[in-house]
Amino acid sequence: MPEEVLATFQVKRVSVLNENGSADLALMPELSADQIWRMYQLMVLSRCFDERAVSLQREGRLGTYPPIRGQEAAQVGSASALKAEDWVFPSFREMGAHLTLGYPIPQLLQYWAGDERAQKTPPQLNIFPFCVAVGSQIPHAVGAALAARYRRDSAAVAVYFGDGATSKGDFHEAMNMAGVYQLPIVFICQNNQWAISVPLKGQTASASLAQKALAYGFEGVQVDGNDVLAVYRATNQALEKARSGGGPTFLECLTYRMADHTTADDAGRYRSDEEVALWNGRDPILRLERFLAASGAWTPEQGRGVKEEATALIDRGVREMEAVPPPAPAELFDGALETLTPRQAGQRKGR
Amino acid sequence: MAQLNMVQAINQALADEMARDDRVVLLGEDVGRDGGVFRVTEGLQDRFGAERVLDTPLCESAIMGAAIGMAAYGLRPVPEIQFMGFTYSAFEQLFAHAARLRSRSRGRYSCPLVVRTPYGGGIKAPELHEESTEAIFCHIPGLKVVVPSGPYSAKGLLLAALRDPDPVLFLEPTRLYRMLKEEVPEVDYQLELGKARVARKGSAVTVVAWGSMLERVLKSVDGYDAEVIDLLTLNPLDLETLLSSVRKTGRAVIVHEAIKTCGLGAEIAATLAEEAMLHLRAPILRVTAPDVPVPLAKLIDQYLPGPDRIRAALDEVLKY
Repeated sequence: MPEEVLATFQVKRVSVLNENGSADLALMPELSADQIWRMYQLMVLSRCFDERAVSLQREGRLGTYPPIRGQEAAQVGSASALKAEDWVFPSFREMGAHLTLGYPIPQLLQYWAGDERAQKTPPQLNIFPFCVAVGSQIPHAVGAALAARYRRDSAAVAVYFGDGATSKGDFHEAMNMAGVYQLPIVFICQNNQWAISVPLKGQTASASLAQKALAYGFEGVQVDGNDVLAVYRATNQALEKARSGGGPTFLECLTYRMADHTTADDAGRYRSDEEVALWNGRDPILRLERFLAASGAWTPEQGRGVKEEATALIDRGVREMEAVPPPAPAELFDGALETLTPRQAGQRKGR
Repeated sequence: MAQLNMVQAINQALADEMARDDRVVLLGEDVGRDGGVFRVTEGLQDRFGAERVLDTPLCESAIMGAAIGMAAYGLRPVPEIQFMGFTYSAFEQLFAHAARLRSRSRGRYSCPLVVRTPYGGGIKAPELHEESTEAIFCHIPGLKVVVPSGPYSAKGLLLAALRDPDPVLFLEPTRLYRMLKEEVPEVDYQLELGKARVARKGSAVTVVAWGSMLERVLKSVDGYDAEVIDLLTLNPLDLETLLSSVRKTGRAVIVHEAIKTCGLGAEIAATLAEEAMLHLRAPILRVTAPDVPVPLAKLIDQYLPGPDRIRAALDEVLKY
C-alpha cells in the first residue's frame, strides 16, 4: 500500500505595521482615527499604570506585582475588539486588557496591594478574577462558551494566557473540548517568550504556538503582538467568526516581556542585555507613534499630553486606592459560602 | 410509593430537576448515549437532548473546569467524574477554583455545581475504581461533601445539592448502587445538607458512619445498645447531632472505609474531644482501613472494616 499524505498545513503570521510604523494598507482594520488614537491613549495609560505599580511596590505600597511592559499592544489591541457582553478570562498579567475594558484603576491597584475585595468585578463587565494558577482558567472559558451557546446568547468568550500555559494539561484539554464542540471562543496567547526563566524553546519544540490549534481542528494564527493594529484585526475577525457560529480561533500574539517576571524576580539572572535591548527597539508604543507621526497625527508634544493625562488618571487612582479603608477582620469570611457553615460562623465571631 | 434502588433514585432526582429547571445540564464521560458506566443517567439524553446531557471528551480537569465556567455564567452544571480515583485529575479545578470562586470574586461569581462521582470499595473493579478519599475533599473550604447511604437519602440529598448555591461533591457509594431498595417518594423532597440522621436509637455507645459503612454498621450492632448516626453530609459536619448523642452515651466509635491517618474520623474525634471531653467515659475509637492504597478484589475484605472489627471496637469501649 502506498503511503498517503493525510494532512498538510500552513500557519499564517499577520502584521499590519512594520517596525518603522509603516502600514500595509491592504490589511488595515476598519478603525477611525479616533479609535486608533483611543488605543494609543490606552497603551500609554497601561505603561503609566505599570511603571507606577512597580514603583509603588518598591516603596512597599503594593505587594508582588507582575509587569506588563512590552505587552501593551497585545492587550489593548485584543481587548479593544471585545464587547461589554463578552466574557473575559484573564491570567494575572492582563492589566492593559482590564484598563481597556474599563476596570476601575483604583480597584486594579487595590488587588495588587493585597485586597481581595478588588476582584469583585463591576456589574457591567464580565471579567473573571485574575487567575494565578497558570492555564487553569482556560477550561472555565470553554464552559462559559458552552453556556453562552446553550443560552443562544450573542456573547463570545476570550481567554488570555501566556506561552508557559501552552505546556499545561488544561490548555490541551480545553483546546480539545473547544474544538470538539466548535465553541464561540478566542484563545489569546501572549507569547512573551519567557515563563519566568524558561525561554520559549524550553516550553515547546513546535515551530510556532499558533500551529498547535490545527491539531484541535481549528485555526491558529500568529500575530505580531507588538503591532496593535494587527492584534485588533485578528481578534476582531476571530470574534466575528465566534459570534457567527464559526467556532474557536487560537491567536498567538508574539511579543516580549520587557520587564522582570514579577517585582520579586531578576531577569538579569537568565537573559542577556542584548536581547532586551533588541526588544526595547520594538516597543509597541514607539511603533504606533511612528505610524501616527507619518500621517501628521502625532507630535512629541501631543505624546507628552497623552502621557500627562494618563499620569493624572493614575495619580487619582492611587489616591483613591489608598483612601479605601482596610478590610475588617470579619471580611475574611465574605464569600466563603452563601451561608457560612456553623463552624465558620463561630470562627467569624472569634470562637 | 415505588421501591427503588439508588441508581433509580438518583436518576429520578436528576430527571425531575432537569424538568423543573432548564439551567441544569449534565456533562461527563459516557453520561449521554451510554447513560453512564453505572447507568445512573440512562434515558436522560433521550429525554432532554444532547445539549443538556453532554458526552465529553476524556478530560476530567476540563469537565470540572468547564462546569465552573458554566456555573459562573448562570447554569447549574452537574459534572460526573466516572470514578472517584479520576477526580484527582480535576482536583486543582475543584480546590483552586470551584470552591473559592465566590470568595475570590467577593460574591460577583458563584459556582453552583454538583460533582457526582461513584466512590468506595467492594465492587471487584480495577485499580483506582474503589477510592474513598473523602477527607481530602473535606479539607477544602467552600466545598460541601455529601454521601447518601441508601436510595431515599440519595434522592433527597441530591435534590438539595442541586438547589444549593455553592459547589457540592456528591459521593455515590458504588457498593450500594443496586444492593438496597427502599421506598422512594415520587414527589419532590429535600434532605437538608449539613444534617445527620439518627439511623438507630441507643444509649450506651454512639457509632458514626456514612455511605456504604452505614449498612455494615447497622448489621453489626445487633445485640448492642448502640446509637448509630448516619452523617449524610461530611462537610459541614452536623456537630449538634453528634455532640448530643455522645453527651448522652459517653462513648464514640467512628467507622469509615478510608484509611486512618488524617481520615474524617480524626476530625470527628478531635471535635468530640474538644467539645464533649467531660462527657466521655471511654477513649474514642476509629475503625478504618489500614494506611495502604485500596487493594484489588482479593484483599478488599481484609482492607474494608467488617462486622468483627466493628464489634471488637464496641466491646472495647463498653469495657469502660
